[in-house]
Amino acid sequence: MEQNKFFKFGLCILACVFIVTGFAFPVSSKEKASKEKLKVGFVYVSPIGDAGWTFQHDLGRIAVDKTFGDKVETKFVENVPEGAEAERVIRDLAKSGHDLIFTTSFGYMNPTLKVAKLFPDKKFEHSTGYKVAKNVGTYLCRFYEGRYLTGIIAGKMTKSNSLGYVAAFPIPEVIRGINAFTLGAKSVNPKIKVKVIWINSWFDPGKEREASEALIDQGVDVLTHHTDSTAPTITAEEKGVYAIAYHSDMSKYGPKAHLTATTHVWDKFYTQITDDVLNNKWKSKEIWGGIKDGMIELAPINTKAVPSDVVKMVQKTEKMIVDGSFHPFQGPIKNQKGKIIVKSGSHLTDKDLLGMNYYVEGILGNIPK
Amino acid sequence: MNIDILLNIFVATIAAGTPLVYAALGELITEKSGVLNLGVEGMMLVGAISGFIAMAKTGSLVFAVLCGMAAGILMSLIFAFLVLTLMANQVASGLALTIFGIGISAFIGIDYTSVALKGIPPLNIPFLSDIPFIGRIFFSYDILIYLSLVLLTGIIFFLYKSRAGLILRAIGENPKSGHALGFSVIGIRYLAVIFGGAMAGIGGVYLAVLYTPMWVEGMVAGRGWISIALVVFATWRPLRVIAGAYLFGGVTIIQFHIQGFGIEISSQFLCMLPYLATIIVLVIISRNKNTIRLNSPASLGTTYHPATN
Repeated sequence: MEQNKFFKFGLCILACVFIVTGFAFPVSSKEKASKEKLKVGFVYVSPIGDAGWTFQHDLGRIAVDKTFGDKVETKFVENVPEGAEAERVIRDLAKSGHDLIFTTSFGYMNPTLKVAKLFPDKKFEHSTGYKVAKNVGTYLCRFYEGRYLTGIIAGKMTKSNSLGYVAAFPIPEVIRGINAFTLGAKSVNPKIKVKVIWINSWFDPGKEREASEALIDQGVDVLTHHTDSTAPTITAEEKGVYAIAYHSDMSKYGPKAHLTATTHVWDKFYTQITDDVLNNKWKSKEIWGGIKDGMIELAPINTKAVPSDVVKMVQKTEKMIVDGSFHPFQGPIKNQKGKIIVKSGSHLTDKDLLGMNYYVEGILGNIPK
Repeated sequence: MNIDILLNIFVATIAAGTPLVYAALGELITEKSGVLNLGVEGMMLVGAISGFIAMAKTGSLVFAVLCGMAAGILMSLIFAFLVLTLMANQVASGLALTIFGIGISAFIGIDYTSVALKGIPPLNIPFLSDIPFIGRIFFSYDILIYLSLVLLTGIIFFLYKSRAGLILRAIGENPKSGHALGFSVIGIRYLAVIFGGAMAGIGGVYLAVLYTPMWVEGMVAGRGWISIALVVFATWRPLRVIAGAYLFGGVTIIQFHIQGFGIEISSQFLCMLPYLATIIVLVIISRNKNTIRLNSPASLGTTYHPATN
């Protein structure tokens, strides 16, 4: 009897152990380093899926594969949480012979620098960060250029003069986008107001949906977002309002709602950096590319909804941004209190933009602190 | 703020609370039989991904719900086998079930991440849905929301008006007496755990197929845990459990509206509010010691071994 009980207990413990450990297998497996090929590693914060931040980066990785063929071997690890887990994944990639590693999320900054110290002969490129080292470069897009252009469309298309913005975290990167969008909209429609809801998450379709619904219920008729999922576009489609997507062209999720999207394109950048490493020309740089560099593009504008004069206006502004005759953050710009913060004739410098922590006139509410 | 916004908040609240209604009612029945299943989160996740895949493949909501239920039942059977047949510790096995559920649902769902389903429009009942105001409050929901209310009525009737419910409660109070009266304690507890699994499964399906509608790893996001807390803090009474679930849904929705209106409260605080508000309110309405003693199943969480008693 006792023995039987003991046996059952043991069996149960064993079952639990199997259950718990069974699915915690390591994310990346070690591979033999081959000497001829350059191995390039990519660390992604979310699954690739079929739209969004990581999806766009993966398109860039595929472009590298296609361009260099046999000379390069790429590998990616997706869905890597920021923090200690990221450090382990980056170190694994470096150990397994990857000479160039792209880490594609803000929270990988410190892990990347830490691992880079341990592997001084490997090259690292960290996206959206602000810390560099001898073997760590940073790269980022001037999303605000695209945001400004989509703001023009939103300002022209709104009837309620109320625009909605679902935002992730109150960091300069996101605030800059909200400001640029507002300035773009105000440039064609001074009456607009922008409502912002922060959901404190990059990717949470449930919250993104709830926030989108709340904005639409409050009278917003053009919705945009700085979060990763297609939920805002889907919600806009269901509720019969317009949406301006982010990251990828999301028109298939809202054929009527989708006006355009601010998309980022990494093909050129990733191929260039890989080429530099292959030719031993690589240097640690801080790259901040925009429309001019082919890193920011607008998704095809929905011409069924957007009148052609608006499309022309957007194209004209786009050209002016490319040739440098126009800057989205050029004066006069007023802050929320109506005080002029950028005088007419000047524009914000990159340093001002990188540390942006205030709203411009036209945005409701305050930045959470 | 006008009446339309209030109406919209109300409708959104019901939808946001519904996954909790399912999971918590299921857990209520399980706990009433004396078994504490902490695996609700895991069962909901597995139910969610199974229902999502079924929906993506066939487009049939009925089939998706059935698949979600089946998956929830399978998960609960693992738990039931461990704690009822092998008499393992209920707390440890429940925790293991949740961890297992998080892992396996992520694993099964790899190919379905950020695939979007076409949303299913809510029921549109001729005439009734068109009545201003009343039509919006009562007749503008998904079918699963109406089903949850039918189930609620059924559960109240079952627990307090039927003989079978009395037996279930008796076994939760004192399994020895139940055994002495000739009832199969283990058999009845199996059924109660399975019911809990099926309900958690539907809750998951609702979340992934109707509410979001999208699959994301770990998308249940603590709702399973909140369901367990609801049952305890609502002192095992179905109507209070439901009230707690809608309260949670309501605070979730209102925090977004507060931000939209530009009212100055930190958004981090607002994100925490649903959890905090629900638990505080339930603790206050259920603080009477006698109610707790009367309603909590006395044998909750303890292993029952028929042969040694």
